[in-house]
Amino acid sequence: MWPGLFLQTLITGLSIGGIYALMAVGYSLVFSVLNFSNFAHGAVIMLGAYVGLALAAKLSLGFGIVLAGSIAGAGIIAVLNEKLAYSSLRRRKAPSLYLMISAMGCAVFLENLVYATIGSRFYAFPEFFGRQVISIGGSSVSLLDVGAFLFALVAILGLHLFINRTRTGIAIRAGVSDMTMCSLMGVDLDRLIAIVFLLAGGFAGVAGVFLGIKYLVYPTMGWVTNKAYIAAVIGGLGSLPGALAGGLILGVVETFVSSYISSVMRDVFSFSLLIAFLVWRPNGLWGTDSEEKV
Amino acid sequence: MDYILSIVILACINMIAVLGLSIFTGFTGLFSLGHAAFVGVGAYTSAILTYYYYVPFPLALAAGAAAAGLVSLIIGIPTLRAKLRSDYFAIAILGFGEAMRVVLENLEITNGARGLPGIDNFTTFPIVLACLALGVFFARNFLRSRWGAACIAIREDPIAAEMAGVRLFRTRLLSLVVSAVYCGLSGGLLAHFLSFIQPVMFTLVQSTQLLAAVIAGGMGSLSGPLIASFVFIGLPEALRVAQMWRLVAYGLLLVLIMVYRPQGLMGYSELSSFFRRKDNPGGRMQP
Repeated sequence: MWPGLFLQTLITGLSIGGIYALMAVGYSLVFSVLNFSNFAHGAVIMLGAYVGLALAAKLSLGFGIVLAGSIAGAGIIAVLNEKLAYSSLRRRKAPSLYLMISAMGCAVFLENLVYATIGSRFYAFPEFFGRQVISIGGSSVSLLDVGAFLFALVAILGLHLFINRTRTGIAIRAGVSDMTMCSLMGVDLDRLIAIVFLLAGGFAGVAGVFLGIKYLVYPTMGWVTNKAYIAAVIGGLGSLPGALAGGLILGVVETFVSSYISSVMRDVFSFSLLIAFLVWRPNGLWGTDSEEKV
Repeated sequence: MDYILSIVILACINMIAVLGLSIFTGFTGLFSLGHAAFVGVGAYTSAILTYYYYVPFPLALAAGAAAAGLVSLIIGIPTLRAKLRSDYFAIAILGFGEAMRVVLENLEITNGARGLPGIDNFTTFPIVLACLALGVFFARNFLRSRWGAACIAIREDPIAAEMAGVRLFRTRLLSLVVSAVYCGLSGGLLAHFLSFIQPVMFTLVQSTQLLAAVIAGGMGSLSGPLIASFVFIGLPEALRVAQMWRLVAYGLLLVLIMVYRPQGLMGYSELSSFFRRKDNPGGRMQP
């Protein structure tokens, strides 16, 4: 194996993995509290990218403001999504599959709404980073990839601290272990869940901007979140360190498969990995026990 | 007139697939987000047989249905044996469906993502109607048999059903294979009606449409999903609504149904029960 190519593949894999991890965190957060797979997350990421794009292209704002605007926009969209589509189901304690179908409906609705109103055109972000390249050990990496990777690490670390150190974080963890008990202890569940969706939406906004810059912005870009979902499953749904590790592992393994084996088999490989994990290790590498209750 | 007839034929072809999914989702209680893959397998198998090998149409249809049933074993055996949580199962089959599409896009014989043009137009209205009638007849009998009763028992409560001696794995697998055979048949008819098939015609969007019809029609009813699927295909087609607005409406409809009427259009009853009170094969006591 040629060491230069190996290193290059590893670095590319890590940078893709960083974005997967950003997306997987949103999935995992919602899953850990409400115990269902939020398929609408991909649509929120897509909308976040459009918000960022509007700020960048129409108002020609700087990268920092675009990112902040996209975080806020996607966060609000995620909270609204919960209020309109999930909250009444949650209150009458509907089975998690109903929530999942509702989420599926939201994804189909939002995606096609964008398709029907804004159109199927591919949009590109203005170039924030130029084509600057850093050289690490003889292989070149674009500044964007390094930035995305570092930002993902810092953001996920920040979230980890937030959940472990703050009062709200404690409330979220209490909600994860027992919703009813948590509400009896005086936690306002509606507010708590709104915060969880706000956080998940914020991460979706970041992921949307980075995805949009790295690739392009279009209505079905949210489908990449299938990969984020696989990452979340590998790491164990509901576990934050798991989401990070799962994202990085998937990014690296996928890049190696596509550069050393075959690029068309990459997706088949990823989905097979998903099924293998669901069958043999449904709780992922770090997940908590989640048997369906009687 | 031809135009209306072709809409009716399309709706009937779709109804056959919905009928299959209804057995699996409505009566066995397992959700699938990947049944379009079985429609795809049926379509490609039968189309390749008539296109390259000049196999007679009925034989090719049967082969397509059988191939879909066999393929369903690949995903069904490991996931159903592992007794996945129901939402994990839905995701596993979603992954399977997507992987299937990638495979279809990269095979030589399927002509890749460009699709297979120029398949003979063998599908006629009488053939579709006969297949649909046969499908309804078989589904009714299946659901009234011991196997059907076992499926319904599993839907109501898998653990209680297992305690009562129902073998979960076998019954669920049988239900999956039966539903896949229906989808495969529907795919074969579709390929020989449109005379052109492409891997993107069998993706998650189509799986969602099938599932939407079953949920909107009512889980635990055969006539409900059939009506829903007919309305879903027929109405937008007749009103000439663009595909994307149709999907906007599907999405909204799914959310509204879950929020306001999760039992669907018909709930657990059949159309016939409006005329005769006693007959209720989906039989469930309303709580």
